[in-house]
Amino acid sequence: MAVNNTETMTINMGPQHPSTHGVLQLILELDGEIVVKATPHIGFLHRGIEKLSEHRTYHQTIPLTDRLDYLAPMSNNLGYVLAVEKLLGMTDEIPERVQRIRVIMAELTRLKSHLVWLACHALDIGAMTVFLYCFRERENITDIYEKVSGARMTSNYFRVGGLSADLPDGLEQEIRTFAESMPAHIEEYEGLLTGNRIWQKRTIGVGKISAEAAIDIGITGPALRASGVDWDLRRDNPYSGYEDYDFEVPVREGCDTFDRYKVRLDEMRQASRIILQALDKLKPGPILADCPKIVLPNKQDVVNNIESLIHHFKIVTEGFKPEPGEIYQSVEAPKGELGFYLISDGSSHPFRMKIRPPSFVNLQGLPQMVEGRLLADVIAVIGTLDIVLGEIDR
Amino acid sequence: MGVEQSKTLGSGFITTSLDKLVNWSRASSMWPLTFGLACCAIEMMATGAARFDLDRMGIIFRASPRQADVIIIAGTVTKKMVPVIKTVYEQMPEPKYVIAMGACASSGGIFDTYSTVQGVDEFLPVDVYIPGCPPRPEGLLYGLMKLQDKIRAERNTFGAAIGVGDVIHNEA
Repeated sequence: MAVNNTETMTINMGPQHPSTHGVLQLILELDGEIVVKATPHIGFLHRGIEKLSEHRTYHQTIPLTDRLDYLAPMSNNLGYVLAVEKLLGMTDEIPERVQRIRVIMAELTRLKSHLVWLACHALDIGAMTVFLYCFRERENITDIYEKVSGARMTSNYFRVGGLSADLPDGLEQEIRTFAESMPAHIEEYEGLLTGNRIWQKRTIGVGKISAEAAIDIGITGPALRASGVDWDLRRDNPYSGYEDYDFEVPVREGCDTFDRYKVRLDEMRQASRIILQALDKLKPGPILADCPKIVLPNKQDVVNNIESLIHHFKIVTEGFKPEPGEIYQSVEAPKGELGFYLISDGSSHPFRMKIRPPSFVNLQGLPQMVEGRLLADVIAVIGTLDIVLGEIDR
Repeated sequence: MGVEQSKTLGSGFITTSLDKLVNWSRASSMWPLTFGLACCAIEMMATGAARFDLDRMGIIFRASPRQADVIIIAGTVTKKMVPVIKTVYEQMPEPKYVIAMGACASSGGIFDTYSTVQGVDEFLPVDVYIPGCPPRPEGLLYGLMKLQDKIRAERNTFGAAIGVGDVIHNEA
């Protein structure tokens, strides 16, 4: 960093800025074009989701989780329902078909989230075509979302103990066709970017963070793996049957923006592989666990069977009541470790729900990555961190 | 459109009123501000991308409020965000329009909490409300077309532009 006697200038970036990916505000102290200090200000999208969940039954919180990381709604659903299932002690009772479909949807979600990340990251650095290509593929995933859940983005598809509905007819084939076509599309993006000299100049060596620093801050996900740390919850702490699949965890040593880009692209390839394996293993079966006090009975039983009617009434009016206790459950969301910490006081509402969002923790790495570098690199670093403000501010 | 080919003057001429000319140009090139707040912003991006393609309607996103005609409030408005949105809105040149996209911007949506503003109309004059959580791109397109209808129905737009009287807003 150049040391001289000139005064530094403080400039404000955001919350209205096309490259801050939402409503992030950065206060940048500049010495010429060199960033001396970067201070992120958050809270512009604080919607009070954690507080809101304390006044809702466990089931009613699922739609709120859609809106945490709105680029990856089903990963949030998954993290939350796994946490509630763990709290209820019913993790072993989830039918196999449910676990397979959850994995398929979670991996499609990973693709969906990474596609938006690549689109915006490339657009910020100046590559317009990639944006259009990525959104083209993303539309296919939103179509699949729509067919399973009825919504393009805010899916609300998973339920405690299962799923809201089975896959519609013919969708398995559609997902298969899409997953098979994905590697070719990824080649297409790579063709536009990887060897592109402008892209290389803007990303190689930019936003470096060492493995030690990344671990100290608590960075997780692709950002951690690009710093050479081989850590993926899907493999190291499997959930939802991830131990059944054969996939690689891409790790690179470059610690910079370019390697984070490569890691995410490799992850997309692995996600397509996992989807295809899960489709192969998918067998017909129930889509809800056999736990009448927790899972809603089907409509036919409610009409014909007094016991089901009572269960239905109890679940809808007051919800289920887990034993008092506290648990933590985390999943490997597209952006890193997404954790839910739930405390139950024995009532039908969580006493406290604490969310550990990956973006919030990863954002802490930003000052270290940009300080001492050019102002233009701030844009690249915000893109490479892949932050979502809905999750940071909650 | 009300723009007529003149029979007496030949094929090189059209006749119309100045208001219609102004309205036509305003409705055909509404430039929204790139201003995403939350989930709806992703659907707004999807609307601008390959499948739905806003460019074909003359709608091009601008990053600066100085160049924008329309502000699409796409997402949840929090109390902390209000002064920022007000500032951005005030920086936009006249005539300017506001679209409240989605349940949060229209009414607060599911976030009836201590930190969330219950609808952007508490502090901005909203022209079009689009329901949905988030609205589909088709919904946003329809909302933008409704705004075009509203712009086309305005009267004395030329007069107001040269300082004679005010714009008369008619029902679309």
